[in-house]
Amino acid sequence: MTGLSLDGLTVAAGGREIVRELSLDVASGSVVGLVGPNGSGKSTALRCVYRTLRPLRGTVLLDGEDLTTGPLRQSARRVAAMTQDHASDLDFTVAELVALGRTPHLAGHRCPGPDDLRICREAMDRVGVTHLADRGVLTLSGGERQRVLAARALAQTPEVLVLDEPTNHLDISYQLGLLALLRELGTTVLVVLHDLNLAASVCDRIGVLSDGRLVAAGTPAEVLTPALVADVFGVRADVVTHPVTGGTRLLYALPDTPARPDP
Amino acid sequence: MFIRCTVGLGVALVASVVLAIGLGPAPVSPADTLRYLGAALTGGTIRLDEVATYEIVWQLRTPRVLLAAVVGAGLSAVGAGVQALVRNPLADPFVLGISSGAAVGAVSVLVTGALAVAGIYALSVGAFAGALVAAALVHVTARRRGPGGTSPLRLVLTGVAMAYAFQAAMALLIYLVPQGEATATVLYWTLGGFGAATWGSLPLVVVVVLAGITALRLRARDMDVLALGDETAASSGVDTARLRRELFVLTSVMTGAMVAVSGAIGFVGLIVPHLVRMVTGAVHARVLVLAPLVGAVLAVWVDLLSRTVVAPRELPLGVVTALVGVPVFVVLLRRRGYVFGGV
Repeated sequence: MTGLSLDGLTVAAGGREIVRELSLDVASGSVVGLVGPNGSGKSTALRCVYRTLRPLRGTVLLDGEDLTTGPLRQSARRVAAMTQDHASDLDFTVAELVALGRTPHLAGHRCPGPDDLRICREAMDRVGVTHLADRGVLTLSGGERQRVLAARALAQTPEVLVLDEPTNHLDISYQLGLLALLRELGTTVLVVLHDLNLAASVCDRIGVLSDGRLVAAGTPAEVLTPALVADVFGVRADVVTHPVTGGTRLLYALPDTPARPDP
Repeated sequence: MFIRCTVGLGVALVASVVLAIGLGPAPVSPADTLRYLGAALTGGTIRLDEVATYEIVWQLRTPRVLLAAVVGAGLSAVGAGVQALVRNPLADPFVLGISSGAAVGAVSVLVTGALAVAGIYALSVGAFAGALVAAALVHVTARRRGPGGTSPLRLVLTGVAMAYAFQAAMALLIYLVPQGEATATVLYWTLGGFGAATWGSLPLVVVVVLAGITALRLRARDMDVLALGDETAASSGVDTARLRRELFVLTSVMTGAMVAVSGAIGFVGLIVPHLVRMVTGAVHARVLVLAPLVGAVLAVWVDLLSRTVVAPRELPLGVVTALVGVPVFVVLLRRRGYVFGGV
């Protein structure tokens, strides 16, 4: 198949298997979300895709080609990541930081050429940070910084974009803006999200991890059931339909909140 | 901006070198300085009554000024390299314990009389060996396999801990062998200076420093990417573990070669990279060209001041570096909105 596939992925660290036998397909051009409680292995699985970790068993395939071996630079031309790293130690300008996205495409110490600069401009346009081009990245607000990191990943011109909780620390308008961007891109996207409702609104399919294992995968409506949420996350949730979009949404209540008496 | 800075600093460096060679307790005009240098390089002739001045210029001052320029350049480049390596703005070339290792090496040679075959260079060879042994020890101790490999913090902590160990070894050596010379040697390697420069000690350090700066410059973009964090770097195709190993070896060998001939000259390697970043931004491709030039000019002038202000005595180099560097740094820091690591 074309697209990204995690095939029987098992990852161990410190003698413990953090991800076990994970198989998940991300069809070309689709947005797939990975959700699960803290420590369920979402980020670890993602790290195998952008090559910070090497799986103990299993592979990551892109259009049938193994991504877990071979030069890092080669896979970086096809897969870009927005990780949980904070932006930068050094006060690069926004334009300089975005241009670093071209790194895997540039041999050794070659300077970015006109094509590279055009790609960077387009990436900045796309996420709406062109007006920040000459600002220092360390002087930006959290929302601006996150969009600049997205522009850097786009400048890498990847076939697959992986994102590890990209909406962390963003206010709601930036969260929605970023996720809307993912939908518009048309790139194959694998994204780890904490917020199940955000996942339901942006993802074509959702994979649910619990204790390193994939316990459910399918469309948001198929996966996000009260039974599964209770089982995996240990909370009570009611499933409703979004009054405008018709999408699946979850409603939570604090534990032991009494139900409203019937009027 | 970058090209103008580079050319301007290049001119300033050449002018500083010529001026500094001329200036001293027996001042020589720049024109005469150039004439002597020309005579020495092309085998030309000078008048008989000039021989004494010529000897001072060519045998004493020229190697000293050139050494100052080379070490100033090298320390500044290594400073930028180590700051990228350990991702810490407070890092300088000596943060990984290399200078105290060099001092232990030099003192060991002095007390044991080893390396006699190296003749007058025995102390330098000892210091260089000490520096490399220290670097290797730090690397092996800090190394960790598995995800992430050797983290920057691990490296710094190990370096700091090792520096204490080397200082203890040094104190023990001095205690066991109570001779004045050992104490003086330790002091010299700890404070640093260019007073011991000779034509013989120059070639090796010149080659190592210039080759080292070139090698660092070739890794400039990878060093930029490293500053975005290890995960982002890996996802951009940069092998962070390998890059760190390369940076570690490069900066260790360069620092070792410099410490061996001039001792541990502080401040330059810490401050110059920051100075340059404040003016032209953080991109390493620029910093690794401008920082060596600024460092070279700074070291030449600092050395000149140290040997002329209270001539015939010499002020310790560290005193002058601090007097010149700190005010410049403070002014720039306050004028620009300079930030490093979100501080």
